[in-house]
Amino acid sequence: MHSVYSYIILAALVTYLIRVLPLVLWRKEIKSSFVNSFLYYVPYACLAAMTFPAILTATESLISGLVGFLVAGFLAFRRKSMVVVALWACIAVFIVERLLPFF
Amino acid sequence: MITNKQEYLEGIRDGIPIALGYFAVSFTFGMMAVTGGLGIFQAVFTSVTNVTSAGQFAALAIIISDGSFLEMILTTLIINLRYSLMSFAVSQKIEDKGHIWHRFLVAFGMTDEIFGISINHHSKINPFYNYGAMSVAIPGWCLGTLAGAISGNVLPAMLISALSVAIYGMFLAIIIPPAEKNPILYWVIGGAMLGSAAFAYLPYLKNLTSGFVIIIITVVVSAVAAVVRPIPDPKEEEM
Repeated sequence: MHSVYSYIILAALVTYLIRVLPLVLWRKEIKSSFVNSFLYYVPYACLAAMTFPAILTATESLISGLVGFLVAGFLAFRRKSMVVVALWACIAVFIVERLLPFF
Repeated sequence: MITNKQEYLEGIRDGIPIALGYFAVSFTFGMMAVTGGLGIFQAVFTSVTNVTSAGQFAALAIIISDGSFLEMILTTLIINLRYSLMSFAVSQKIEDKGHIWHRFLVAFGMTDEIFGISINHHSKINPFYNYGAMSVAIPGWCLGTLAGAISGNVLPAMLISALSVAIYGMFLAIIIPPAEKNPILYWVIGGAMLGSAAFAYLPYLKNLTSGFVIIIITVVVSAVAAVVRPIPDPKEEEM
């Protein structure tokens, strides 16, 4: 078990290096189509993998997590803003968890 | 001729909505950090030094699950890799008359949102515009964390359960809308989710820690997509 601070500083260091190195070392344009394409897809694949199935176990029950996922997915599909999508997902989970005991 | 001071003030103006959005997101982070066992100061310290949403949530998960340093390095690297793309883009557009330390400072505030506004502001990027945005957005990020960390100890379990989907909702709001113009992204998103689910539930595969699963899925899915459907012009396709 390492100190929590060493973890935090390590993450900060890696994050900063990712941000600063291209700015100070690489001032030429990236030419590789593969690298450009790969970097373009990274956030989508990464955030999708982090969201599902983790969202199913984030809440008190599988059903409320699933409803939160569907509500958020639907609103995102309708191009609602981040805050709106997040808020309604929370409200949906809250309502479902209050209703579940009655079934 | 626009002065540095004007650029700074415009940066502050455009940074205010970002700061409000950050407050809401980092509130969740502060809450989750404290719920997961971190101290209030540790949560705020994470936000001050990292200034990244998804990366911090992933780092938090690794700290809570007592993962290894290697896992922390690789996960942070993979999740934040997109910043290097943004830094590449900014590197092409930043005004080069100033000292190199402008590049060191701009890099610290290279978030999705600040990148977004700075790249669209003028044809050349004046670092003082970024400083203006950073000087409201980063305090918003850190104060949100503090507020969330303080309330994390007092919020009832039913609220914490509901709020814990907030971050996933935001992730979906980031990745789904661009797919309408570029349907391959539906395949990328769906493929990554299915792969992630396979790692979570299938025998043997489920023994891997979530940090490594995310790295493997991201690299494989992005590489396959890059081969199958290379993007036409990186400058027009940035997220």
